[in-house]
This record gives sequence, structure tokens and C-alpha cells, in this order.
Amino acid sequence: MTDARFEISAGFLPLLDSALLVAAREKGFAAAEGIELTLVRETSWASIRDRLAVGHFQVAHMLGPMPIACNLGLTPLAATTVVPMALGLGGNAVTVSNALWREMVGHGASGDLSPGAAGNALRGVVADRARAGAAPLRFAVVHPYSGHNYELRYWLAACGIDPDRDIEIVILPPPLMADALGSGALDGFCAGEPWNTAAVMLGHGRIVTVKAKIWRSSPEKVLGADARWAEANPDALAALLRAIHHAAQWCASPANRTELAGIMSAAAYVGRPAGWMSPALSGHLGTSTDSSVVVEDFFVPQARAATFPWKSHALWFYSQMVRWGQAGHSPENAAIARETYRPDLYRAALKPLGAALPGANAKVEGALPVPTPVGSAGASLVLGPDGFFDGGLFDPDDLDGYIAAQRVLGG
Amino acid sequence: MVAKPLAVLVIDENRIRASIIEAGLREAGHDDVTLVHDVAGIARRIAEINPDVIVIDLENPNRDMLEDMFQLSRAVKRPIAMFVDRSDSASIEAAVDAGVSAYVVDGLKRERVKPILDMAVSRFNAFSRLSRELEEARSELEDRKLLDRAKGILMKSRGMSETEAYALLRKAAMNQNRKLSEIAQSLVTAAGLLGDDA
Repeated sequence: MTDARFEISAGFLPLLDSALLVAAREKGFAAAEGIELTLVRETSWASIRDRLAVGHFQVAHMLGPMPIACNLGLTPLAATTVVPMALGLGGNAVTVSNALWREMVGHGASGDLSPGAAGNALRGVVADRARAGAAPLRFAVVHPYSGHNYELRYWLAACGIDPDRDIEIVILPPPLMADALGSGALDGFCAGEPWNTAAVMLGHGRIVTVKAKIWRSSPEKVLGADARWAEANPDALAALLRAIHHAAQWCASPANRTELAGIMSAAAYVGRPAGWMSPALSGHLGTSTDSSVVVEDFFVPQARAATFPWKSHALWFYSQMVRWGQAGHSPENAAIARETYRPDLYRAALKPLGAALPGANAKVEGALPVPTPVGSAGASLVLGPDGFFDGGLFDPDDLDGYIAAQRVLGG
Repeated sequence: MVAKPLAVLVIDENRIRASIIEAGLREAGHDDVTLVHDVAGIARRIAEINPDVIVIDLENPNRDMLEDMFQLSRAVKRPIAMFVDRSDSASIEAAVDAGVSAYVVDGLKRERVKPILDMAVSRFNAFSRLSRELEEARSELEDRKLLDRAKGILMKSRGMSETEAYALLRKAAMNQNRKLSEIAQSLVTAAGLLGDDA
């Protein structure tokens, strides 16, 4: 018994950054667009990919690089997947075990979350362990085709640590990270929230740096849509994008943080205490049981065009697939990556709302040291600050040059 | 030339379901079947077993880790792809519907693997059916117990006969368009809160 015009099923993983999809349903934004939105909690990204491929889901909460990997044929099974919208910026952190933190302090780590200082301290520990003949440190990420994997590797490599030779990187589901750290099975991990906060609250580890400091205003989760469905149902897709746009505005309002933390903590969503959700939403991160650091833009749900699917984000992810040997570089592969992200679909859906729409489809990543008004249609738009912690720039028009340069750097 | 028997590895935390699949495979003449219930140390096990086909339940939270290992790890001697054939969408759909994911070493002939996948799919479906029936039987029994308690409360507190108590519950269920068991549950809960549950 429903008068919804559209029925859409979306898969998601229990992570804080599924908030935009969850709010679209729970706060009635989907219903207001005539959508009966069913959210299905999944246990792995593989399961989300498979169920999207066979039509159980029309859209899903996905890791930003995942749809590109699907379209490049790197995954075992995949439907052609398009990205008509991003689900916010930032939101991840790197957490290490208490034992590793003590060793890092011995090498000058200060706990201010600065990636350079933390990375240099970690390099000192890695060198000590190599001299002592100890096993390499073991870090975990959630998926090989993930922002987590690439930002961890970018950070390590920029600090002089070879992520393939000097340490070991394994794959682990995010809810298991904190316990693995506590049991000594892991020395560190890079994951989304609330799983870093979980490790801190349980006394198993210490947050040493965050995605928002490794690459400010950087892409993370996206809305992946089955390309066949998106093409056949443009009205349903546009309605969903509008609903998520309104949800993003709602999530971004500080007045709604407590309510959002409560919603996300429900058993059907993340299923963990609301107190675990709050740090990511407010930016007041507890980095250990007795210290905290404020990172205002830790997770950006809406400002700075946070839901716009930049082609430069897609191409940066692709450049890292090439860097770490997951994909070969060719003009055809680069085109597949570029065409996976679809700002045209985003614009078509949000233009009627008068939303702030960037004039360009791609931008030079890392070029805005301060908030900068940019050319836009609709409402005025401010982008940035953005930037890689090592001062790097990614110009999507010079993809070949970037890929060649990172080859020289190693990796 | 007789083809070497295929080595099948079943990774399933659910021991009953794993046994049901194993039995099916053995009945179909596959003797080289290994069951693994815990993914701890799985890399070493895979290296030892050197499987041709790996069957995992779709909901296993470790699938991302396992897939990564299939593609990259030195423990896996031959690269492992997914499913029988990407182009065989009917098989893929049936597998995902049933909650099975299967991985197959590259280059293995489709006709050799297809029966294994079909077997896994039908056994997964049978297991789901069995679980559902068990669950239904269990909840039916619980509903009946709940109804007996609700009737008992009414008989004691209102001095009704069993027939009258039942009629009252039925009438309430019909008026409120709710299930009899829900009405019984509310009554038992309320009585418990008020402390007059017999």
C-alpha cells in the first residue's frame, strides 16, 4: 500500500558516511520525491557489488574507486556502474595500536594528527624494526579499491615508506578493525568512522592522522548506480539525487547532529552507541582515551560541492590504481575511469532546485589553499580549501605526467 | 583421458549448511571436498588444499579479504576468478539469489564447474527453506504458549471461562486489525508490568 512513484532498493555498509542515504529515508526526503527507498545493510562490498549486478539493488553506497574498478573489469563480477553523485568528503582516519604509538612517540610523534610528523615517526619505527630483523608492521584497509588504501599508501610513500616492501597491508572488514588492533593481529588500520573512534573508546589504539589532513576535501563514498537502470529510469534517478541533496543539507546542519547520531546508531544502520557517531559529525575527535583534536572538516557532507562527482576525483583514483599495479595505464582505461563519474546526471537532477552547481566537470586537485568562490550555476559556490599534505598537485589534464612522476617516486 | 577430480573448498561459518553442501557434492561423486568454518589462517589452508572451486556464502563478512587474496596472494597458486562464466547471467542470478558466491580457478572448463555451482545453489536454497520452516514452527509454538498465558490471565483476573477468554482476545484482534498473537503479547506484557501476571 504505497503511492510512491518510484521504488528503489539501495545497499549500504554500516558506516557513518551512509548517513546521506539513511537521512534521505528517515527524514522523509525520499518520500517527498515520491520514492519508496528501501535500505539493505550488507556485510561486504563484494556483496553490494554482486547484488547491484543482478538487480537486487538499483543503487548503492560504494567506495569511490569501486565503480571504476568494476567498469575496468578488475572485479570478479560487476554491472556497468555509474556515479551520478558523491556522498560527502573525508571521514577516514589512520589508527595505530598503543604499542606502535609508544614506538612512534620515541621517534617524535606529537599527536597533533599532522601527516608529515606522524609519517616521519612511523618511518623511524619501520627502520628500527628492519634493523632488528622484526616482522614488518601490518596495517589493514577495508578494500583494495578504496580511498582508504590509496590515502594510506599515498601518505606512507610521501613519508618515505614503501607500502609494498616496508610494511604489510591486508584487507579486513571495518567492524573487526578495533578488535584486531586490540589482539595484536594488526599494528594499524585506515578505515571510516565510527571504527577509529571504536578503537579509541575501547582503549585499543590511537588516531595518528586523518584523511582530511592527508588530502583535504578529498572524495570517499559515492552513490553507485546500475548503468542499465539509470539509463532506463532517469526520472527515478533524478528524484533520488534531489532527495540525497536535501538529506546532505540536513546532515550538514550542526543543529541536527545529535538527532543524526541517534538515527545512525540504530540497529538497522550502524548498530553502535550514538556516542561513537558524534566525533565524526562534530570534528571533535578523541584521538586517545585522554586526548582530542578538532578537525573542523573531518567529514563534509554538503559544503564545498561535497556531493558533486568530479571527474578529477575519478581520475585520481585511477592514477592510484596504476601506481600500485592494479590497472595498466592506457588512454582507453583512463576514458573508462573518466566516464564512470557523471556530473551531467547530477546537474540535470539538481538544476531545477537552483542548487550550487560547479561550472566545470574537473578541477586541479590541491590548488586551493583557502576557500575560493568559483564559477557556478544557481547558488554561489565556494570550493576548498583542498590540498595534499605534501603540497602535491593533481592536474587531470596532465594525467600521463602525474602517472609518470609517481613511477619515479616509487611504488 | 580422465580429468583429475576437482578439489572443492567450502568456506561457511554455518556448519550445518556446510555439511549439507558437502553431502550433496559427495553424492554427485566429488570426493575431494574440504570444509572450512573459520577464516583464520585461511591463506595457509588454501595453499595446502589448492582448490579448483571455492564456495562461500554471499553474506560472509570476509569476502572482500578473500577476494583480495584470490587475486594477489602468493598462497593462491593459480588466479581465481568468480563464478562459472560472466556471460552466464542466469547462473549468476540464481547463485546470488540463493546467497552463494563461487570462485573458480582460471581456465577451468565451464561444463566441469557448472554442476558444482548448481548443486551449491540448490543446497543453499534447501537450507534456507529448512531454516524458514524451523523458524515458523518455532514461532507457531511460541504463539500458542503466549495465547495460553493471555487466556490464563483473563480467566484469573476477570473470572472468565477459557472459551470466553479466547472469544475476547479474538474480538480485540479483529477490532484492532492485529494478529491474535500480538494481542496476546500486549496483554501478557501489560500484565507483567502491572505485576498481576499469574
